[in-house]
Amino acid sequence: MDYATLLQILDSTLRLGTPLLLACLAGLFSERAGIFDIGLEGKMLMSAMASGAVAALSGSVWIGLGAGICASLILAGIHGLASITFRGNQLISGVALNFIASGITVLVAQALFGQGGRTPPLQGAARFNPIDLPFAEALSSVPVLGPFYAEVLSGHSILVYAALAAVPASWWLLYRTRFGLRLRAVGENPAAVDTAGVSVVGLRFAAVAITGVLCGIAGAYMATALQAGFGREMTAGRGYIALAALIFAKWRPWSALGATMLFGFFQALALRPDVVEGVVGRKVPVSLLDALPYILTVLVLAGFVGKAIPPRAGGQPYVKER
Amino acid sequence: MADQANTGRQETAAPTPAYAIELKGISKAFGPVQANKDINIAVPRGTIHGIIGENGAGKSTLMSILYGFYKADSGAILINGQLTPIPDSQSAIRAGIGMVFQHFKLVQNFTVLENVILGAEDGPMLNSSLAKARKVLAGLSRDYELDVDPDALIEDLSVGHQQRVEILKALYRQAEILILDEPTGVLTPDEADHLFRILKGLKDQGKTIILITHKLREIMEATDNVSVMRRGTMVGTVKTAESSPESLAELMVGRKVLLEVEKKPATPGAVVLQVENLKVRDEHGVERLKGISFDIRAGEILGIAGVAGNGQSELLAALGGMMRASGKVTLKGADLPLSGKGADGQSRRSAGIAHVPEDRHHYGLILDFTAWENVAFGYHNDPKYQKNALFMDNAALRADTEAKMATFDVRPPIPTLAAKSFSGGNQQKIVVAREIERNPDLLLIGQPTRGVDIGAIEFIHKEIVALRDQGKAILLVSVELDEIMSLSDRIAVMFDGRLMGMRNPETTNERELGLLMAGMSGES
Repeated sequence: MDYATLLQILDSTLRLGTPLLLACLAGLFSERAGIFDIGLEGKMLMSAMASGAVAALSGSVWIGLGAGICASLILAGIHGLASITFRGNQLISGVALNFIASGITVLVAQALFGQGGRTPPLQGAARFNPIDLPFAEALSSVPVLGPFYAEVLSGHSILVYAALAAVPASWWLLYRTRFGLRLRAVGENPAAVDTAGVSVVGLRFAAVAITGVLCGIAGAYMATALQAGFGREMTAGRGYIALAALIFAKWRPWSALGATMLFGFFQALALRPDVVEGVVGRKVPVSLLDALPYILTVLVLAGFVGKAIPPRAGGQPYVKER
Repeated sequence: MADQANTGRQETAAPTPAYAIELKGISKAFGPVQANKDINIAVPRGTIHGIIGENGAGKSTLMSILYGFYKADSGAILINGQLTPIPDSQSAIRAGIGMVFQHFKLVQNFTVLENVILGAEDGPMLNSSLAKARKVLAGLSRDYELDVDPDALIEDLSVGHQQRVEILKALYRQAEILILDEPTGVLTPDEADHLFRILKGLKDQGKTIILITHKLREIMEATDNVSVMRRGTMVGTVKTAESSPESLAELMVGRKVLLEVEKKPATPGAVVLQVENLKVRDEHGVERLKGISFDIRAGEILGIAGVAGNGQSELLAALGGMMRASGKVTLKGADLPLSGKGADGQSRRSAGIAHVPEDRHHYGLILDFTAWENVAFGYHNDPKYQKNALFMDNAALRADTEAKMATFDVRPPIPTLAAKSFSGGNQQKIVVAREIERNPDLLLIGQPTRGVDIGAIEFIHKEIVALRDQGKAILLVSVELDEIMSLSDRIAVMFDGRLMGMRNPETTNERELGLLMAGMSGES
């Protein structure tokens, strides 16, 4: 495999890893606050449909993005209501929301456009288009780093850069601010937060809202940047892969970047069976390559990555006790 | 620095109110249960005020009301003479009240510093808060013997140090009134002494301290005044110096209580249990029992003293069939299998060994199950609990539980209540009732009164002695030296998996036993 091919694959890695990264950070905020969210998938899907549909109708991708975030926030709000206010089972709530999203997206898209549950193809301003980073052309002659900058880093949509920026931003928010300290505390020992006179419910809803926003961006990216429109089940399990990456990353933002890009790399490999054949020296079935990210997910979830300790109060509704 | 600011404020406010806290007519009910009934209490400023009462007397409820965890149904709270409504914890903190809960409210994987500032940060950014807290903490630890490494993770700290963090949290929030709920339950005697020194230091600085406990010795040692609660009511407040443990115990329980166990001299009969060269390895292959030998006769209590973790738990587990062992153990002359078939709790029970495990929450009860279900455990195959070949006779089981509850004075006597709804003492009574009522030849009993209130302790001690007087053999394991000294007919001290010789409780003393517990002895 030559350097140019590697760059192409890394370019795809970043492109495909971005929704995983956004969803993973989304899950990170929720789970760090003690709310398990298996419904990342459903929120992404809902946002993908809403943003695709609204972008198609309005012709503006930004309005589409806003609609996607709103749709995702609604599901997040329901999840918060069920698991925080009513202290329901968080897994069941998440699974239920996934089912709802799976059905309702196709139903609404079909009702609006009558194209078999798809939204119409998006073009121009209805889509996030690639932007070239400054000096990409000029620097491409610098050996090694130049092409990396021009080929891999440059030429993505704005949401890719937003996702990358979200990593240090999340780290800063979690570890350098009062909000982050309280958020992490509420996922570890909500009683400590409560007795300190801070609202457990308020913090958890704030966390779930952040999850909603990030999932909304992830879904909008799927429909308006990675692809040009919404299609049935287009998230294809990315919400679950993001959850696996979250465990892999041990609930830390920078590790989340690494973990999601690893999954993204496997997804990128699946697009280039020719390269894999060249490296391995024999033909590898495409279906096996397609399955690689999911196999990795299973391995991660089965605990082959070492001990990952989730937030201690994760999954448990907070009930005041004497 | 906080103290200076506050003393300044007190000097300018003309007449300093004598009472830091006054509670007037506080009542609180949980459904049909009246947890607090018309409670009146006045705590003078700058004193250590004890609140004593049995488990379930309503002490914790009262303090939770004071800390804004619960809202009282009626009544008023006055802080420094001013009517102060406390609807939530934040108001309590603002009113200068700090609380150290029995179960610490700390974030395990945060540092000391992070725990201290949580909820009391100065602004949206952490750095300045952390820097300030570091300085304040250094001052506090200097002033009050409250040394803790500010950068240590809570999970790496001992329980005693974790408690100091809780106190630091309160002081950092400039608490003038500090409430401690059963603070010594988790501490070693040394740590408890240290805690009382800290409290005295705080008192000397003019802070007011409320100490909730059910241990009379602590009240006598540390407090200026003491209020006694019984079944949701305040039965009296007295000056500690003018009271005695006996009079307080009587106020608490509502009748005369024997703090000493009354028992006749033992009349040992034939050997019931003979243990020879018993060895136990734990799951890591570490030898926890290194070959111990002893016997227990009918009508005799053998007490095993020792610091926790010297093999006592393994001894009980091996004899109770919960752990594999090697050596030779005979019960009334018959060999007991120590591993493989027959080395399980069920076989031990049918052989005539009853077992009250050390940890009732993990091995004695299933907390979410009802009392009558818990009474069935281990004896669920008893023919009198069976309706026919398929079904159990739950009605008979419930009736049996009701009878046991009456005999053992379990409160409330409701068989359908979940085990977790009973107080520690009543839970233990359920376990003891289940095991003793089986009329066993040998009773293994570990930490019989851990987390149990005075009334129940007296009761359980009496039952143990009564069982002995029926001619049964009893192996008592306890880390409470008082308990061992007062109940046992012979005392063996365990150290590092070995027995350090037998002592007669009449002729030995705490000092000699303490040395043996530390592994120092002239013999063996």
